[in-house]
Amino acid sequence: MNNEQNEFKKNPLGVQIDLSKFELATEEEKAQQEVMSESTTFFKDGMKKLMKNPLAVFSIIMLCIIILAAVVGPAVIPYEYSEMISVNGRRDKTAKNLAPFEWSKNEQKVIDGGEKLFPHILGTDEQCRDYLVRVLYGTRVSLFVGFFAALLVLIIGLLYGSISGYMGGRVDLIMMRIVDIIYSLPDTLMVILLSVVLKSTLAPAIEGTQLAKLGVNMISLFIVFGLLYWVGMARLIRGQILSIKENEYVLAAQATGAKSGWIIRKHIIPNCLSVIFISTALQIPSAIFTESFLSFIGLGVQAPMPSLGSLANAAREGMQSYPHKLVIPAIVICLLVLSFNLLGDGLRDAFDPKLRR
Amino acid sequence: MAKYVVKRILLAVLTVLVISVITFFAMNAIPGGPFSGEKALSPEVERVLMERYNLDKPVPVQYFIYMRRLLQGDFGVSLKTGREISKTVFESFAVSARLGGMAAVVAVIIGVVMGSIAALNRNRWPDRLIIFLSTLATAVPSFVLATLLLLIFCIQLGWFPVFSTTNQNYVLPVIALSLYPMAYITRLTKTSMLDALGQDYVRTARAKGVPVVKVIFKHALRNALIPVITYVGPMLAYILTGSLVVENIFTIGGLGSKFVTGITNRDYPMIMATTIFLASLMVVMNLLSDLVYKLVDPRIKFD
Repeated sequence: MNNEQNEFKKNPLGVQIDLSKFELATEEEKAQQEVMSESTTFFKDGMKKLMKNPLAVFSIIMLCIIILAAVVGPAVIPYEYSEMISVNGRRDKTAKNLAPFEWSKNEQKVIDGGEKLFPHILGTDEQCRDYLVRVLYGTRVSLFVGFFAALLVLIIGLLYGSISGYMGGRVDLIMMRIVDIIYSLPDTLMVILLSVVLKSTLAPAIEGTQLAKLGVNMISLFIVFGLLYWVGMARLIRGQILSIKENEYVLAAQATGAKSGWIIRKHIIPNCLSVIFISTALQIPSAIFTESFLSFIGLGVQAPMPSLGSLANAAREGMQSYPHKLVIPAIVICLLVLSFNLLGDGLRDAFDPKLRR
Repeated sequence: MAKYVVKRILLAVLTVLVISVITFFAMNAIPGGPFSGEKALSPEVERVLMERYNLDKPVPVQYFIYMRRLLQGDFGVSLKTGREISKTVFESFAVSARLGGMAAVVAVIIGVVMGSIAALNRNRWPDRLIIFLSTLATAVPSFVLATLLLLIFCIQLGWFPVFSTTNQNYVLPVIALSLYPMAYITRLTKTSMLDALGQDYVRTARAKGVPVVKVIFKHALRNALIPVITYVGPMLAYILTGSLVVENIFTIGGLGSKFVTGITNRDYPMIMATTIFLASLMVVMNLLSDLVYKLVDPRIKFD
């Protein structure tokens, strides 16, 4: 066969077929083709990268501990966040400002009598309330505000940004000018002003409804977030949609007759999902930051509900004698913000397509 | 260029206008007026007072009266103290500006130095230490830092006296305000410095035999500083808002505390004056930092 082939003179312009290319593959050659790594999805690959990042793993563990403590802690400890310590059904006035693990005089008597009481691991505050429960509950409030505010920002930003990016033209121009203006508002001034206004105007409006349980301050906090903080997200999503819309595969899909619903579902959303997810994760610490700031200046959640900011603020008065009451909520705020920041950075390194190598 | 500048200035003016509208209508929506709360005034006295300060007119009319006076440079008088507001605002702004200016200068200088050190020692211990510290610093809110500094250095150690008008010690408030922007600038400088050091012109300069120090300062650092300029606007906004609480914690009578007491007192002209003043300041600073950024770097196109 080979001899036969060699008899032909190689003509560079001819369409002679190299017959050796059509021989059957041996078993060995077939096996070579099968050496492939296990197929992996974008998500799996990202998670693998995330788990290799020690800072991200540290922050995940830290967040798990904090969330677990905030969720389980108040259920395990037999004191309520608004409950003043009482002994045998009577309010115990000696349980004021106890140091960590200290018993009040009345409690000491009960313990001497053979009963067992749950220790005040972080002592009590100036109104005879167990401080650990208050800190844990405050953490829960801060986390709740953080998650919910991030969700709110995501929803509003997603709707606004995708409408603006998808419509384009004049609608886009006007919508983005509005965003520009809101973006350049000095947010803290507006937040303070709006919380004061909402606090006093909302109270009668929501009285008696389900919302009243949350407290006016909490709701006004969310309204403020919904009004002011979505602009960054809206800009980001619009930018994403604009740049993805220009890609060749979208053009190809359009050329092959895909409907716009299909293009949005199959091409645009999956491609901007990771960026949206990451910036939502980074929104949480900034919401916690703002909430604790507002609570610190007395505009955050309503007493007796604690939040980390209001606990720190309340502890300022007795800071000379009871520094731990200031230090503990302060440390929890810092740990929360730090962990969420590190996690967000880790997620970005692992999932952002522009940073992947 | 001129078109871009005009567009930006128009947008800035519009922003300030929107802020003035929001503030004016929002503060009038707060129940309770400037004259409630104190000893109950007789109805006649209250009526006279309301008339005198135009508070009896509908809110939109009040707004136009206010804005017309404002454009003539008249901030009005405080409803609580009767003092001229422009005086109060500028006096307290002088205090805030000194504090904020010091914090900004400290943040920029230390941030740039730290960032450059980190970039030049990439992946060695100074880099790791600096990045570790700056990551920690970005997680500490200024009000937490301020209270902790007060607790540790004033109360526990007694190194610094607590701030007062007679005894002005700016060290702690400046640290509290500058730490976050400092950390941010450090990270920003590190990234842009690394970027600049990898450029061809740096290699060319080294190959031609330019001394290392000159390459770093003249070629790399000058280009690395451009992104820092864009952060100046947001940094001033951060310092201004941070000073709202930091001034309160260290009991410094700055503009921030005037804003907060203005709100609690329903002192309408005071709220308006402080908001418009601070907002215009932030808007102008943002505008300037954007324009300077585009002027400094000829590669950036105007859109």
